Amino acid sequence: MADTPLPLEVRNLTKRFGDNEVLKGLSLQAHQGDVISMIGASGSGKSTFLRCMNLLEQPNEGELIVHGESVRFKETRHGREPADWQQVVRMRAKLSMVFQSFNLWAHMTLLENVIEAPIHVLKQPRKEAIEQGRALLDRVGLLERADYYPAQMSGGQQQRGAIARALAMDPEVMLFDEPTSALDPELVGDVLKVMRDLAKEGRTMIVVTHEMAFAKDVSSQVIYLHQGLVEEAGPPAEVLGNPSSERLKQFLAPKH
Amino acid sequence: MIDLHGYGPRLLEGALVTIELGVLSLILAIILGLLTASAKMSRNRLLHGIGTLYTTIIRGVPDLVLMLLLFYGGQIGINQVTDLLYYQFDIDIFININAFVAGVVTIGLIFGAYMGETFRGAFLAVDNGQIEAARAYGMTERLMLRRIRFPLMMRHALPGLSNNWMVMLKTTALVSIIGLVDMVRVAEEAAKATHEPFTFMVPVAIIYLLIASVSEWFFSRLQKRYNVGFGEAE
Amino acid sequence: MEQLFAWLSDALADNTVFNFNTLTFYGRGLVNTVQLVFLSLVIGLVLAVPLSIARGSKHKWIKLPIFFYTYVFRGTPLLVQLYMIYYGVVFIDGIQDTWLWYFLKEPFYPALAAFTLNTAAYTTEIFHGAIKATAKGEIEAARAYGMSHRLMMRRIIIPSAFRRALPAYGNEVIFMLHASAIASVVTIMDLTGAARFVYARYYAPFDAFLFVAAIYLCLTFAILYLFRYLEKRLLAHLRPVS
Repeated sequence: MADTPLPLEVRNLTKRFGDNEVLKGLSLQAHQGDVISMIGASGSGKSTFLRCMNLLEQPNEGELIVHGESVRFKETRHGREPADWQQVVRMRAKLSMVFQSFNLWAHMTLLENVIEAPIHVLKQPRKEAIEQGRALLDRVGLLERADYYPAQMSGGQQQRGAIARALAMDPEVMLFDEPTSALDPELVGDVLKVMRDLAKEGRTMIVVTHEMAFAKDVSSQVIYLHQGLVEEAGPPAEVLGNPSSERLKQFLAPKH
Repeated sequence: MIDLHGYGPRLLEGALVTIELGVLSLILAIILGLLTASAKMSRNRLLHGIGTLYTTIIRGVPDLVLMLLLFYGGQIGINQVTDLLYYQFDIDIFININAFVAGVVTIGLIFGAYMGETFRGAFLAVDNGQIEAARAYGMTERLMLRRIRFPLMMRHALPGLSNNWMVMLKTTALVSIIGLVDMVRVAEEAAKATHEPFTFMVPVAIIYLLIASVSEWFFSRLQKRYNVGFGEAE
Repeated sequence: MEQLFAWLSDALADNTVFNFNTLTFYGRGLVNTVQLVFLSLVIGLVLAVPLSIARGSKHKWIKLPIFFYTYVFRGTPLLVQLYMIYYGVVFIDGIQDTWLWYFLKEPFYPALAAFTLNTAAYTTEIFHGAIKATAKGEIEAARAYGMSHRLMMRRIIIPSAFRRALPAYGNEVIFMLHASAIASVVTIMDLTGAARFVYARYYAPFDAFLFVAAIYLCLTFAILYLFRYLEKRLLAHLRPVS
């Protein structure tokens, strides 16, 4: 196992917005097939941490290693920036993200959304991309919606479509940023089911979530963040079943 | 049928000049507008400053004054440059500012400033999530501009663009003042010669209204195209 | 004051274009421009208020003619409108023998008429749009309290609509100032007319037109700040509490 590089490794990552330090040195190792759930109150930094992993936010310090390749940074007038944007583009293509607000491109049909990046970023032949795209839409149960525009679909359908779009990149790691938080309660189930299936087939996933049941049943590791620091981490049975910190106990207590 | 005293064909030629002038200025204005918008959105302070200065000055001075300045001043400016070339480097060229070119350049320059504001607003109106998704999927800035930003921006820009075009169409009438023979100029000459102003001015007004109606139809079709995928929930 | 004049003539001593004479030209031009723009805006505004209300009438014989008027005046160049009125009046048979000619032989009045009709058309549509955009809830509330249509118009819709129309009307004022430059075409000595005269006399396009451009720029900013001030005062209720 030692010779295959980790899909994603983060070392000592910090992030400041002005004087406010929101991430205070976070590390993470994602092994092949890991499902890592990140939980924590709002403002704990979990979404920012996830967004730093594909450099939608620029971390101030720390190392980011994607499939053995470390991202190079340089200092500029505007702060720390990636030294080589080509490298970032290459690296992002290996990590696909699913957003809280879906962010399907509004001017493209669902199928066009799914094939856009494979064709233009991965340079896949169009025919192949369409074939693969249709198969993925079938998988998430949306084949008959292939020619619909995002605005014509429900939130749950949009999010499943967004997952198909992420899968089309055949990513090393999938990043989920609170994928069910913007959905009506009755639509959450369909999306979670798709995510459970992905976990079962051995996809490496990092999921920021509020769905404790999902975190408990599906994850290989749960990380509880508090104010930019890891307060507890470990297998779900330990972290969620037998929390040691008082704060996590309170966080997990049923709310009324 | 009204008697146009033989001015009919010239009036039509003038109408053609108006349309050509309008379309060419529109193209120039759109190019300048896109450049201005990107300059004003750039992190570079110098570019930002130039963009702001350009839009502020152009929008603060009457079109006609700018047109007179560029038409009369432009010729003298170019003469000075060609003189310099002649005396210093013995290069003998003579450039005569043609009223048509002056018209296109001035109107394009003026409306480039307005277009710049339209495009800037439209670019800023594009939902940030759409851009983030493009970034997250490994698109380069160029690819993102072409595939995501531009098509989404156009939806927001079209109403302003259409409005600018309507104003611009009417502004083309000013070139008759610097001697370009558009339809207003023909009508004015004819009115003075025949003492029948309405016989010529009314048809000119109708042609303007006609062009405006056709453009309106065209822009609403375009808007439909760029509105694809918006507000069509079942 | 005398010192100022002395300083001015000293400063201008070496200047071939901007002597005392040409500056008086620009001064008179400024007066003419301001007069023309101010008068046409005021009369246009007075016309536009009733027109904008009638524009929203249910009766098509009231609504349609007003729509036609604004459509034509907003859809054609002001220059064409100016020519139509200027030449249209001059060439009416026998007009030169009537008392009307006393006014009409001055190009000022045809220009004033054209500008007024033009700005009234734009202003009518601006106000009409603002009236139409009045929040439905406010109208329903007024109805629920038993207001008649008249009373509602006077007390609720119009005060709110005209305030909301302020930014758009500010643009119209600036537009009118800039559009007034074409007055020089019918021999009125407005600001642009003065600049054209100075250009023709000294063949100095940069001095003549850049100077007048600077004056227009100052006027534009003055109007801009005036309207920003008015908006601050009158639209305070629309600002979110911070």
